[in-house]
Amino acid sequence: MALTNNARDATMMGRRTDGTVIRRPLSPHLQVYDMLQITSGLSISHRITGSIWAGGLLFMVWWLVAAAAGPGPFATAQWFFSSFLGMLMLFGLSAAAWYHTLAGIRHLMWDAGYGYDLPTTHRTGRAVLIGTGVLTVLTWLIVIIAWG
Amino acid sequence: MATFTLPKNSTIGTGKTYAAEPGAKNVKSFKIYRFDPDTGENPRYDTYEIDLDKCGPMVLDALIKIKNEVDTTLTFRRSCREGICGSCAMNIDGMNTLACLKPIEDVKKDVRVTPLPHMPVVKDLVPDLTHIYAQLRSVEPWLKSDTPAPPDEERRQSKEERAKLDGLWECILCFCCSTACPSYWWNGDRYLGPAVLLQAYRWIADSRDEYAGERLDNLEDPFRLYRCHTIMNCTATCPKGLNPAKAIGKIKELMIERQG
Repeated sequence: MALTNNARDATMMGRRTDGTVIRRPLSPHLQVYDMLQITSGLSISHRITGSIWAGGLLFMVWWLVAAAAGPGPFATAQWFFSSFLGMLMLFGLSAAAWYHTLAGIRHLMWDAGYGYDLPTTHRTGRAVLIGTGVLTVLTWLIVIIAWG
Repeated sequence: MATFTLPKNSTIGTGKTYAAEPGAKNVKSFKIYRFDPDTGENPRYDTYEIDLDKCGPMVLDALIKIKNEVDTTLTFRRSCREGICGSCAMNIDGMNTLACLKPIEDVKKDVRVTPLPHMPVVKDLVPDLTHIYAQLRSVEPWLKSDTPAPPDEERRQSKEERAKLDGLWECILCFCCSTACPSYWWNGDRYLGPAVLLQAYRWIADSRDEYAGERLDNLEDPFRLYRCHTIMNCTATCPKGLNPAKAIGKIKELMIERQG
């Protein structure tokens, strides 16, 4: 096995007092770092909700294709989406979509040069979390009132 | 490539516990990362129970007390003990900071101390900084100018020009920020990381420097600059209260501006 893979990896090579070569340990990172703080916590959530939404869109496409395919397939799709699991998934998707949208706006704000200081970062972060909750509940209230 | 778990030789075992002296009333446990290259063993956590009534207020005071009175083999870097040398940068209670500026009473439970994250460990709390120093060298952190300096005075700046360097010149290169950055953890072989990019911007923003264009050319790279995803762990952890994320944002803005 090659001892090193890249420039940084070269510094993994160390020596004992007697001069023999050892591979140094890597210091703990995710194992010890506070990842749930609002900075890294919201950042990874942005990626996760983005992936969830991308995957969830496949189900939306299934819905549309089923509608185009005829009453039989559409009934199957409807049966799935109105099941408990289907509703739970739709609820999760709507929350992920709102979160990803709001956090995306926060990123646009940074890219435009605003809101880098720590108090503002924490404030906008909390706003994204609260906004996600409020908008998701509002979305479902409207859905329930419209189709309930 | 991101590997979320520690390599086999880096997993951390449990080591010894050094009990407090009998009669100690105000006891705090320090769980400290230990690694000795000569033993051939994996790293371990040793626990030191310290009587806070006989210890200074900062985490560094406790480390020095342990080295002086309990276990002389404990290895760590320290020098100024007042937050200006950057030597005692380490991870304390899940955040990177300077041990000399971190009050023990800020930590509610046991005080867990580990080296700066995702770095090669030389011994105990001492990481190898060779690579990050080489990255710093690559941004040429010094004044570059073709105009000769005036013969009998310094290069002048207006107050406004000088003010642009505030929040940049104060960096002490402790690398708390770079080693708090998940992007630097996964891509640190090519991504420069927040500390080095803040230094790069410190010279781009300097009115006396004439090489801003070349400096930006050097950073125009998918990895060197653009692995920053505005995670903001750097700014959250900086023991000097600086804002590396904002400096990186400024570099990105300049990149856009010069595209016209």
